Amino acid sequence: MSALLELKGVNAAYGQSQVIYDLNLSVADGGITALLGANGAGKTTTLRTICNMRVRCSGTITFAGKKIDGLQTEDIVRRGIAHVPDGRGTFVHLTVEENLVLGAYSRRDRAAVAQDMERVFGYFPRLRERIAQQAGTLSGGEQQMLAIARALMLRPRLLLLDEPSFGLAPLIVQEIFRILNRINTEDGVSMLLVEQNANLALSLAHDVYLLETGRVVLNGPAAQVRNDDSARRAYLGY
Amino acid sequence: MDTFLHQLLSGLANGGIYASIGLALVMIFQATHHINFAQGEQAMFSAYIALTLIQAGVPYWAAFLIALAFAFIAGVAIERVVVRQFDNAPVLAVVVVFLGMLFIINSLAGWLFTYNVQAFPSPFPVGLGSKFLSAHEIGMIGVTLVTLAVVYAFFRFTPLGLAMRAAAQNPEASRLVGIRVGWMLALGWGLAGAIGAVAAIMAAPIVYIEPNMMAGILLYGFAAALLGGINNPWGAAVGGFIVGVAENLAGAYVVGTELKLSVALVIIIVVLVTKPAGLFGRTVVTRV
Repeated sequence: MSALLELKGVNAAYGQSQVIYDLNLSVADGGITALLGANGAGKTTTLRTICNMRVRCSGTITFAGKKIDGLQTEDIVRRGIAHVPDGRGTFVHLTVEENLVLGAYSRRDRAAVAQDMERVFGYFPRLRERIAQQAGTLSGGEQQMLAIARALMLRPRLLLLDEPSFGLAPLIVQEIFRILNRINTEDGVSMLLVEQNANLALSLAHDVYLLETGRVVLNGPAAQVRNDDSARRAYLGY
Repeated sequence: MDTFLHQLLSGLANGGIYASIGLALVMIFQATHHINFAQGEQAMFSAYIALTLIQAGVPYWAAFLIALAFAFIAGVAIERVVVRQFDNAPVLAVVVVFLGMLFIINSLAGWLFTYNVQAFPSPFPVGLGSKFLSAHEIGMIGVTLVTLAVVYAFFRFTPLGLAMRAAAQNPEASRLVGIRVGWMLALGWGLAGAIGAVAAIMAAPIVYIEPNMMAGILLYGFAAALLGGINNPWGAAVGGFIVGVAENLAGAYVVGTELKLSVALVIIIVVLVTKPAGLFGRTVVTRV
């Protein structure tokens, strides 16, 4: 498979403090890549760097064969990269429906947007029940679902997910990961998944990168990392 | 009883002006978390544009619309050229910038149009008037209500309005759905400028036009915004009508017309002390 997203020699910093060092990473077209690591390893920063969200960076980032580093966040998004940030980034004072409409803001194909709304409700039937409710009044799991649903409304080629399991009950997490798997296989949406829950991420992803203090220390197919006892014990802690 | 009704209704008419200015202030506040002290002067300057056009023979409503367009473009330009430079500046720096704009626009108006007090025409036929309200007051209420309705419909029902609300609430998440947040803020400034211009053009036949005409009105508008809730645009509109009526009744029966302006100050202080979120505002709780 060819690479949909490719980072080459990327360094990233907030102000003077560098967080990412010489990062090489790729996400295969149609694949799911997991980015694992402890707190402060630079996982979230990697996602923010891809979307140029107030991070200073050097190196090259290409998406679908075109250079995207240096573009404005909104232009990167318009090329088909949907980012579900940590803290979910829903519009808490707007309704579920308004959140979803905003997800498709940059699209002009009205009819297809209406279809996608139905498709998204197919994945997350609970959101349909809450359509007129303010997003801030949803439960944590429902807000995470809304954040993913809103990202899908962009009809993205790549989904960046920042700890979708964070703070959620295990059953909800399982449900969300099942749906992510369906989104990948049924709609062919590629994903770059940041997780602290390594076991969970390894069950979904095809490829894995392990970050430690801003550097890649391990990388390979998920199946291989899962079966590599020494790597698992050394880096993943189980 | 007739006097009371007259004071009440003419309070509502003035209240419409305060509601518009309050709404403009709240729109800017929601997006930037600052009070635009130059809001009144922007509006005054636009009213002068309308007056100049009318004096040059342009029909009233054409001049009205051109002045609104001017106010909109000026608002956008102020955001793009001046305000955005101070995105991450300390609060006090921004306050100084806004006060600076107030004095610059005020002096510019004085220089271009003189400080002489001038009459401003009203477009409403005298026959419209009644026992309780003058023709202009009735027309003013109508224009204010139409303005509020149009602004409400814009924010509530159009995709652009929704995007502007989103950009004001959560700029980062807005960028992530592809909204050009910078432009949304500029549009907000333009819209606030146009709403302010409506208020100034409607107020001008009553208070007469001169560079300082908006000083008192801005204070009432500020009281309206605080009373309704500084983070609730429709609260600010309702607050405007309440302030207008309170001001007029207090002026007629309590403090006398000379001390009317102090009503605005009293409202501001009482609201800030007893209910800082205003009547319809949300209390903002920040986790630290």
